[in-house]
Amino acid sequence: MSESFEFTPDYLEQAKTAMAKYPEGRQQSAVLALLDLAQRQNEDGHYVTAAAIDTISEMLDMARIRVMEVATFFTMINLQPVGKYLLQCCTTTPCWLRGSGPVHEAIQSHLGIHNGETTDDGLFTLMEVECLGACTNAPIVQVNDDYYEDLDGDKIVGLLDALKRGEKPAHGPQNGRQNSAPIGGPQTLVDMKFGDD
Amino acid sequence: MLQDKDRIFTNLYGLHDFRLAGAKTRGDWDNTKKLLELGRDGIVEEVKASGLRGRGGAGFPAGLKWSFMPKESDGRPAYLVVNADESEPGTCKDREIMRHDPHKLLEGCLVAGFAMGAVAAYIYIRGEFYNEAMALEEAVAEAYDAGLIGKNACGSGYDYDIYVHRGAGAYICGEETALLESLEGKKGQPRLKPPFPAAAGVWGCPTTVNNVETIAVVPTILRRSAGWFTSFGRENNHGTKVFCISGHVEKPCVVEDSMSIPLRELIETHAGGVRGGWDNLKAVIPGGSSMPLVPKSVCDDLIMDFDALVAAQSSLGTAAIIVMDKSTDIIKAIARIAYFYKHESCGQCTPCREGSGWMWRVLERMARGEAEVEEIDMLWDVTKQIEGHTICAFGDAAAWPVQGLLRHFRDEIEHRILEGKGVGAQAAE
Repeated sequence: MSESFEFTPDYLEQAKTAMAKYPEGRQQSAVLALLDLAQRQNEDGHYVTAAAIDTISEMLDMARIRVMEVATFFTMINLQPVGKYLLQCCTTTPCWLRGSGPVHEAIQSHLGIHNGETTDDGLFTLMEVECLGACTNAPIVQVNDDYYEDLDGDKIVGLLDALKRGEKPAHGPQNGRQNSAPIGGPQTLVDMKFGDD
Repeated sequence: MLQDKDRIFTNLYGLHDFRLAGAKTRGDWDNTKKLLELGRDGIVEEVKASGLRGRGGAGFPAGLKWSFMPKESDGRPAYLVVNADESEPGTCKDREIMRHDPHKLLEGCLVAGFAMGAVAAYIYIRGEFYNEAMALEEAVAEAYDAGLIGKNACGSGYDYDIYVHRGAGAYICGEETALLESLEGKKGQPRLKPPFPAAAGVWGCPTTVNNVETIAVVPTILRRSAGWFTSFGRENNHGTKVFCISGHVEKPCVVEDSMSIPLRELIETHAGGVRGGWDNLKAVIPGGSSMPLVPKSVCDDLIMDFDALVAAQSSLGTAAIIVMDKSTDIIKAIARIAYFYKHESCGQCTPCREGSGWMWRVLERMARGEAEVEEIDMLWDVTKQIEGHTICAFGDAAAWPVQGLLRHFRDEIEHRILEGKGVGAQAAE
């Protein structure tokens, strides 16, 4: 544990903004925000190191074990390195009913990795996750911060290949629909005109 | 069907600008000062008269909840906490509000917070909703810049702050006291009640926790009157509601319609009908995954409101409708829900921690036909040992979907078990 961790000026600024959201003496509330920032800053593996836990516990005047408790409780805090693209494939019932099984299968066979594994080139890590909360656009795979929706086996393979080529395809529905409106176009709110139109 | 002119969320699909300029053209922040001039009691009374019941699952009357907040401060500040930890499988309505109509939520935070004497609102948004949180943060910054919130909010003389707090992936943080623990920077494990949050919530201060949709509809109710809101839905079930229709329908969607709309009309008008037609319907989970499923025979005449769904031995919950057609392996579908609860149990209470995993393992075996018929009754018993025996309602949420399966599809489980034993289909009847 000889490594050290410090927030870069840019991330430190964001950390201070997060801490300022809470009343005096309640800075511990910013622990999730700081864990998230530490993970974002760590471009080599996108995870929270032991040294970062120490730094955060000092910044927030928390016992180290309290920071660890939080870090281990929440699924979005990575305590192990992950690939450049973290694929979070939802397979909870609403996604499962719409074919998350074939999507999950396609990721595994196309990349040759299973849940929790990373490709040899360090590009992709696969995780099977619980409901992502976009069920009318199922099935969904979250790639880092973005939701890719209305997927099927072919579409996810196309997305993975595009990411390999360094492209960043537009997130959201992959079948051309308008967000969570029914496919084929909204049936409500269509004739509403507002000043910005 | 509800007409567009009566829809509150006029940018549900993101067809228009979500920012302040766009929101104002849709009527948000239009003389909010006048709404605040109704006074604390005036706002609470109007919301009570509107019959607004919480949109997050429990359906508790919103105005009544606010009236539990102290009238006079004892020195402690009071807070409004908005539950935007939308994670109940099937549910994806608050996401649409936050990314496409964030100013409706923010204006609601000011008006509702004022009505309960709060100094600030914290919006606890699930961590996975990164882009939605960014939209909210942008809207918050715009509202501060325009003097709508902050010091002397909307020129009312009232100081009010709004903060966005991101979670990091834990369903249990949607339970209000777990959410408060997490907001305090701890792991999200629910608290025993009492004390209730209105007495001692976040940082030991009086707190009200409300769902996004509940708060976001308040300014429109005040502008258009309680009478307008009560013109939709049956007595005790008033208003409009954002429904999420997922699963085996032709066109899954999120849509706002009237409370008490018949389920079949809702699905056929907005979601293109059940895949393969209404007669191909097997069952519906009417209110998010924790609510017991209802079979087609009940769905035929089902109307979508709080009281009708209780009568159908289920609940409106979040109004997230998960549709399953006849091709569905219903045992597997509920087993997957049981896995969800096993995964998300916070581990604090033994009946939930151990029971959720036990139910999942038995259901998986039942789905494969590797169980004994006697285990069906045992499974029912275990659900009853979990339900009502935990600190929070998560235990109930884990037990109810299993109970719904056993109540309506017991014969299918028996059939599967006997098939697994190599006994002919006739023997199951």
